[in-house]
Amino acid sequence: MQAFTRHTGIVAALDRPNVDTDAIIPKQYLKSIKRSGFGPNAFDDWRYLDEGAPDIDNSTRRVNPDFILNQQPYDKATILLGRENFGCGSSREHAVWALTDFGFRSVIAPSFADIFFNNSFKNGLLPIALDAAIIDGLFDKVENEKGVEFTVDLESQTVTAGVDVYSFEIDDFRKYCMLNGYDDIGLTLQHAELIRAYEQDRKQKAPWLF
Amino acid sequence: MAARTLYDKLWDDHVVRSEDDGTALLYIDRHLVHEVTSPQAFEGLRIAGRKPWRTSSILAVPDHNVPTTDRSVGIEDPVSRLQVETLDNNCREFGLTEFDMSDVRQGIVHVIGPEQGATLPGMTVVCGDSHTSTHGAFGALAFGIGTSEVEHVLATQCLLQNKSKNMLVSVDGRVPEGVTAKDIVLAIIGELGTAGGTGYAIEFGGDAIRALSMEGRMTVCNMAIEAGARAGMVAVDATTIEYVQNRPYAPQGEMLDRAIESWQQLHTDKDAVFDKLVHIDAATIRPQVTWGTSPEMVVAVDAKVPDPDTVDDHVKADGMRKALAYMGLEAGTPINEIPVDKVFIGSCTNSRIEDLRAAAKVARGRKVADNIKLALVVPGSGLVKQQAEAEGLDKVYVEAGLEWREPGCSMCLAMNADRLEPGERCASTSNRNFEGRQGQGGRTHLLSPAMAAAAAVAGHFVDVNDLMSDN
Ligand code: SF4
Repeated sequence: MQAFTRHTGIVAALDRPNVDTDAIIPKQYLKSIKRSGFGPNAFDDWRYLDEGAPDIDNSTRRVNPDFILNQQPYDKATILLGRENFGCGSSREHAVWALTDFGFRSVIAPSFADIFFNNSFKNGLLPIALDAAIIDGLFDKVENEKGVEFTVDLESQTVTAGVDVYSFEIDDFRKYCMLNGYDDIGLTLQHAELIRAYEQDRKQKAPWLF
Repeated sequence: MAARTLYDKLWDDHVVRSEDDGTALLYIDRHLVHEVTSPQAFEGLRIAGRKPWRTSSILAVPDHNVPTTDRSVGIEDPVSRLQVETLDNNCREFGLTEFDMSDVRQGIVHVIGPEQGATLPGMTVVCGDSHTSTHGAFGALAFGIGTSEVEHVLATQCLLQNKSKNMLVSVDGRVPEGVTAKDIVLAIIGELGTAGGTGYAIEFGGDAIRALSMEGRMTVCNMAIEAGARAGMVAVDATTIEYVQNRPYAPQGEMLDRAIESWQQLHTDKDAVFDKLVHIDAATIRPQVTWGTSPEMVVAVDAKVPDPDTVDDHVKADGMRKALAYMGLEAGTPINEIPVDKVFIGSCTNSRIEDLRAAAKVARGRKVADNIKLALVVPGSGLVKQQAEAEGLDKVYVEAGLEWREPGCSMCLAMNADRLEPGERCASTSNRNFEGRQGQGGRTHLLSPAMAAAAAVAGHFVDVNDLMSDN
């Protein structure tokens, strides 16, 4: 996994609540058996005026000029500002892969759906939850200052937007894994003996589960 | 020991170890696998030179991409076909049990788990699919995971998890005639909001939940995720134990007796404390229909499309306006005057035998309205299909003008050939009404199977009670 320490980048604002995983990556792209290549189809239904498919060359499609990620400089945005319940819907990790493949390193919103939140950490995409009132202020800032950049610092757990600095919460263990870019599986396998011991014990108590 | 909730008990039973910050390594008893969220996980396993930790915990089935028409010709779309073949190959390579497309037991992963007894009380059940919450109906801890987590469970039989908070949603009293499990859960989501359950594990309780069959409880737990909760669950009782007995994967004989004894502990202790309590009066629930692009945008069938101008919260009002524009609806329109183009009866929410019986009861002796372009009935599994045919339900549907299909996810998310065209309006028994969910530009209204059949017959939404009392 790509480590995350500190990142500065252009912020794109997506001003709607409940942005769901079907919107982030429509289902026709879930047929892929790969992890990469989803970026050009992130927010496909909003980004293009015609319908896409996995085998269609995106450069031949009609682009929706009104959509924020099609406008300069937001086509280079690396931080996404969203509203409440961001990433709701399905468990598809493809949604996170689409955002990272587009170039996003962090999503800032008042709240996130649980599975999306979890999936983000596994892929070096830092989800940051801030108070709705703070988010309102950040939306104003992004609207008023074209191409404004924020800095996200995981070590100090802060978002810096101009002169304003906001702190965010994160579990210690997640922070540790993300700062170091650790692979969860490797860490868990260090406890293989404990897992086997648990299994032995459980086999005694609930043999019908094995 | 202190009084515990059902969720606390299930959690405690599965903790292998904990980090200082509370992150736990949780043991997983049952891992369900489907073709969409698993290929990259198997690939990761191969690249790292790892093997599945416990193959007997895994049950795999293709469901999202399978065609619901004649199976003998295979899958026409090459991209879908490759994904299904990839699952077949991975299962063969790693020695996993798979109900492939030609197996009569094939079906939607959340239908076949319980049907086979592969989902049992007291288990932790995961699947790379958010509607894994369905299995919580059995007094199990069941939740959806992403592909990285699928790989993690394959490799270690465990997951890294943070414990959620406890919420009890108690539906007290009795529901009126014509109100089903689907109406109950839609009403709950209307009350909680789509993010109301975020960070919680929800236990559903109260007389109205206890009175539901296992299939009804599955419908309710299925949509816990639509209220933002990763897991929904119902305590074990006689209904649960009755259902699981004699299923292929369930314990038998003396082992069963031991299991039952342990399952009987799977309920919340009397004095246990929940972080949040929600009470809903069952008697006030009416048949529900969603009007927008989020499941919380729901009203009773005899209500009107709500008006964003009456909502103070600007973010919410704006979301409502966007939803109305997408859905092609005007505020103030009576729900039962909205005409429908297509009808879909199916999905892991409502494709079990009781759902098909409920819809057939409405369709029996009636005809699908002229303005309906297509009405599909898609059973949840091959075995549900067999049962329905043995009861003659397929004939009832076909005589009424509904199409009877092969099992799969079908038009719930339109990854196969079943889909909406732009602007088409669908009465659907599935669980999500997101933009484009059933086809780009398609407009989805969620409702119960009986209400979907009623909409097919009337050509617009209608209270199923009114329709039935007309004859
Ligand atoms: S029926 Fe729909 S919601 Fe259920 S698993 Fe299939 S696609 Fe997902």
